[in-house]
Amino acid sequence: MKRERKRKIESFIALSLSTLAALLGLFWLVFILGDVLIKGIEALTPALFLNDPVPPGMAGGGLRNAFVGQLMITFFATLIGVPIGVLGGTFLAEYARGRKVARLISVLSDIMVSVPSIVIGTFIYAILVKPVGHFNGWAGAVALAIIMIPVVLRTTEDMLSLVPWTLREAAFALGAPYYKVIIQVVYRGAAAGILTGILLSIARVAGETAPLLFTSFNNSYFSTNMNEPIASLTVSIFQYAMGPYDSWHAQAWAASLMITVFILMLTILGRVIIRWRYGKR
Amino acid sequence: MPVLFKKNPIDVTFSIITGLASLSVLVFIIGILYVLFTESSPAIEKFGVLKFLTSTDWDPVRESFGAATSLYGTAIVTAISLIIAIPAAIGIAVFITEIAPDFLKSPIGIAIELLAAIPSIIYGMWGLFILAPIMTDYIEPALQSTLGHIPLIGILFEGTPMGIDLLTAGIILSIMIIPFTASISRDAFNLTPEIVKESAYALGATKWEVVKNVVIPYSKLGVFGGIVLSLGRALGETMAVAFVLGNNHQITTSLLDAAATITVTLANEFTEADSDIYLASLFYLALILFVLSFITLAIAKFFLLRAERRFSR
Repeated sequence: MKRERKRKIESFIALSLSTLAALLGLFWLVFILGDVLIKGIEALTPALFLNDPVPPGMAGGGLRNAFVGQLMITFFATLIGVPIGVLGGTFLAEYARGRKVARLISVLSDIMVSVPSIVIGTFIYAILVKPVGHFNGWAGAVALAIIMIPVVLRTTEDMLSLVPWTLREAAFALGAPYYKVIIQVVYRGAAAGILTGILLSIARVAGETAPLLFTSFNNSYFSTNMNEPIASLTVSIFQYAMGPYDSWHAQAWAASLMITVFILMLTILGRVIIRWRYGKR
Repeated sequence: MPVLFKKNPIDVTFSIITGLASLSVLVFIIGILYVLFTESSPAIEKFGVLKFLTSTDWDPVRESFGAATSLYGTAIVTAISLIIAIPAAIGIAVFITEIAPDFLKSPIGIAIELLAAIPSIIYGMWGLFILAPIMTDYIEPALQSTLGHIPLIGILFEGTPMGIDLLTAGIILSIMIIPFTASISRDAFNLTPEIVKESAYALGATKWEVVKNVVIPYSKLGVFGGIVLSLGRALGETMAVAFVLGNNHQITTSLLDAAATITVTLANEFTEADSDIYLASLFYLALILFVLSFITLAIAKFFLLRAERRFSR
């Protein structure tokens, strides 16, 4: 009887600790998101979106240049990264299905997903900034694209593999060549999944700062020239938060809010699409 | 695998295009290794390998560089973060898979995954403005007045609490990797067959005994892989720690001192490097970080693959 009591108490303690850990996780989420929300909304003004930065001390500065720069870098990164990722994933799941080379590239991509993004920044600095002689927006976009490619590639591979093989065979039986089967049958079957992968990869790179620090750098002036240094929200947040001025800190919070909302919305949208297409997981 | 595509010229072209696209990953890895190696070769020639790894010098004026201070900071910050994150993450995974009522499982799972989606720069800024003052005012003085008086352990908490130090950076990093570790552990736990758990319950096991003796042994490969994967992530995390570590090149016994990690050194000094050997040394650091995290991640992948294979049998 005594032993049973001991076991029950032990179980109770362990389970309470686990529950506590879960509450702790939720506590951080509420704490961090709450702070970003409160301080961000406090600092949210129309000027933030409409004006360019002004010298510290002057009123009415904004981050229009950083919003535009961020959009441009992310857009071009997507334009470079998504086609390469989707096509690469297609090769692994279709033409090279089951082969050793597909396994190898798949594993390497998984590793590349988690490789430190700052290292990719130094790599791009060496090949796209140093030869040109100055920081430029293209370097930032390529750095983000390199981070995107393995993410898109792996999700595409997984999503194409979920399409039943019999579906392809039905199309082969009608005499369709493989590329037509892939484009007209397999891609359609996996479209929702691939789209989710793309959305999540955009969410992933939209918050990246480290690879932009030495590629697109920063620019206090409004610029849409990708051949020149270009501002981005994340690098501006880093610069402003580390700076000494309260007005800078406020703008950094507001920019953080916008980025967080954008990324969380993409993440939730991705989950909704997956749930709608593939049922409850 | 149909062979028929070989007859069709468009199919051949399409297979070559997709094949080249998939090779891009390989090109990046080899390219990064090659470029970082050539860029850092002046530093490799001047300082060698062992000398660079063990030298605590980091002096741009005398142009004498070593990786020891950055490696030390990386090791300590990562260690602190894992010590906090592993128990918390496993607790969360146990809660989600075994304790939570069904209607709570999915919301908590989603909340944890949202925590993982928040970009690292937000964690870093939050750490600088919110956590660092809390550490300075409350937690660090409290640690000093309690643990600080114990011999040996007290060394860890010497100095003036500033909030910009190894401990704060480790805590922020732990908050950042908890959701990541938790969701992999949860997936691993979920692979335990229901029937095995039911059998243990039928023998009269308590819930904790089922977790401890059935679920954890069953999923240990996956959980271990998840932990190593988190380690790989933590090694290369930049922005979460860049705000609160202070970039101070020293080896310190106190956790309340500013320090530098490889990533923080790169983030702060890369654009300011004014001599070739300085820049080459920074590339050298980046190369070391890349090799280090690549090996760690490969080990993690190895364990996760083995765990997967075990369950697909």
